[in-house]
Amino acid sequence: MSDAQIECRDLWKIYGKRSDEAMKAVLSEGLTKDEVRDRYGCVLGVRNASFSVKKGEIFCIMGLSGSGKSTLVRHVNRLIEPTAGEIHVAGKRVDTMGEDALRQLRAETIGMVFQHMALWPHRTLGENVGFGLEVRGVPLEERRKSAETALGAMELSGWIDHYPDQLSGGMQQRVGLARALAADPEILLMDEPFSALDPLIRRQLQDQFLSLSEHMHKTTLFITHDLDEAIRMGDHIAIMNDGEIVQIGTPEEIVTNPVDDYVADFVKGISRVGLVRAETIMEPLDGREGTPKQVRADAELGEIIDKFMEDQSPVTVTNPENAPVGLITIKAALTALRG
Amino acid sequence: MDLWNIFDKEWIPVGVWVETALQWVVANFRFIFQAIKVPFDLVLTALEDGLTEAPDLLVLALIVLIAWQAGGRKLGIISAICMTAIGLMGAWEESMTTLSIVLTCVVFCSLIGIPLGVLAAKRNRFWMVLQPILDLMQTIPSFVYLVPIVMLFSIGNVSGVIVTFIYALPPVVRLTNLGIRQVRPDMVEAARAFGASNRQTLYKVELPLALPTIMAGVNQTIMMALSMVVVSSMISVTGLGQMVLRGIGRLDMGLATVGGLGIVFLAIVIDRVSQSFGQSSRARNHQKWYETGPVGAVRTLVRK
Repeated sequence: MSDAQIECRDLWKIYGKRSDEAMKAVLSEGLTKDEVRDRYGCVLGVRNASFSVKKGEIFCIMGLSGSGKSTLVRHVNRLIEPTAGEIHVAGKRVDTMGEDALRQLRAETIGMVFQHMALWPHRTLGENVGFGLEVRGVPLEERRKSAETALGAMELSGWIDHYPDQLSGGMQQRVGLARALAADPEILLMDEPFSALDPLIRRQLQDQFLSLSEHMHKTTLFITHDLDEAIRMGDHIAIMNDGEIVQIGTPEEIVTNPVDDYVADFVKGISRVGLVRAETIMEPLDGREGTPKQVRADAELGEIIDKFMEDQSPVTVTNPENAPVGLITIKAALTALRG
Repeated sequence: MDLWNIFDKEWIPVGVWVETALQWVVANFRFIFQAIKVPFDLVLTALEDGLTEAPDLLVLALIVLIAWQAGGRKLGIISAICMTAIGLMGAWEESMTTLSIVLTCVVFCSLIGIPLGVLAAKRNRFWMVLQPILDLMQTIPSFVYLVPIVMLFSIGNVSGVIVTFIYALPPVVRLTNLGIRQVRPDMVEAARAFGASNRQTLYKVELPLALPTIMAGVNQTIMMALSMVVVSSMISVTGLGQMVLRGIGRLDMGLATVGGLGIVFLAIVIDRVSQSFGQSSRARNHQKWYETGPVGAVRTLVRK
């Protein structure tokens, strides 16, 4: 686990005055969310969550509203105090950290983007973006330079002396991103950053963020309630329900192998064309000959379907050395498409 | 004793207790209250001396310039008309005294009320204790505490400021509390997420965002201070209030009317100017204050 940039172990959050009592009772008796509420008047926010995010990857946390995903992500920079469990960020233990160290971590190592932008309306874009540096006492000129660079990266140079209410929603969220990136943090926390935007702008920002992310390699924790978005953005996805992480996996694993009905329900409407790969649906050759129609093992379902457009004979799957390793029948391809 | 009319007798002698307690406090702790007077006295004397001793026209020009700066040309003209009317009616001197009492009161109400309001917004328990005290300060008839104030602080303009202070403090506390509580939680959360300490969050995010509400509180405080002007003249506070009181006492309708009109004109000016201070820069098209009004005009002239 040495390459994990963010790691949470057995994280619990119980809200309420009697949270400590409730925590003990939950551990010894395994109470459900409703039982905790009825007996202790406490609300179970996060239940026994463990996950780790590798350096440079985008890790999506997906769930409906109220599933505890926003609560969970706020433990990473301890905007919310955990009731129990360990949090490690960039090699430091966050849950036992002192106040000063925590503020330094927030200012230098973690950038955060909020659902409703949360730009301060009384500050110019430059002052918004430079805030993290300002609270650390960085002199004005340096702050302005960083703000200019960060705004430039989001294609907003020239707006530095304007105010947030002079910008459109999409531009505002780009400022939110610039603010998170201004201090060049290793980690980004993004709490439904694109949910409040209209679909076209959302798509643009997703693409912009992905291409940015490709050359910046920031470890990103990305919250969304939209599985399509999670699949587009995420290297790994964690699905949450009622404060619990029910499944963690790559987008393909989640879609092809949902762990329970809850996840299956989400996955139902998702297009598999770009997700399912040849190697997951191929049958072993078992001594059969390869056919002239060939695809590579990591080919997506869409490419395989293209092959079946020509005729309906099976497609051969080859490994990187071009040796045949399996066959896909049209039946297998259609089954995979249907899900 | 007639059991049916038990309330003929005074069972709990509240009046006597208060009387005794007050006598005791006056006898033993009067020096404390005299010490409390000192800062009020200093500010009031400075303001009053400045406003009454400076040439009338200079003060008039200053007031008009401030009004123009704060609320634009229109407010400047309104202020000029109101203040000139006061001067022409022969109530200038008195109105300057009243103005200095009101301003002193605002200074102290803001200095004490805003921190109290911030604290109240941060700590629910403190707010629960504070609320009934504020209710008491606002609702108890001011005649009730005129007597103890006179006994503790003696008569005069400074005591007038203290009476007014008690009556006018609540709105600024209440609205500061409200303003801070109404700041969008994600704005505060964002500040914390970027490493701001509690103090930095307060000064850089919460107070600026609550400023319009706080200024509405200050404005209310000013209006309440003005409404105390006549009452406080009963403990021989000078100014416009005294004109009204003397007019009533002598059945001199003319004098009372001049005093009353003076209060109205002064109120219009102070109200509008203090309201304009509360406008956020967003409402003014993001122009900085020094880019508008007389200062802005001078700046453009100098640059040419």
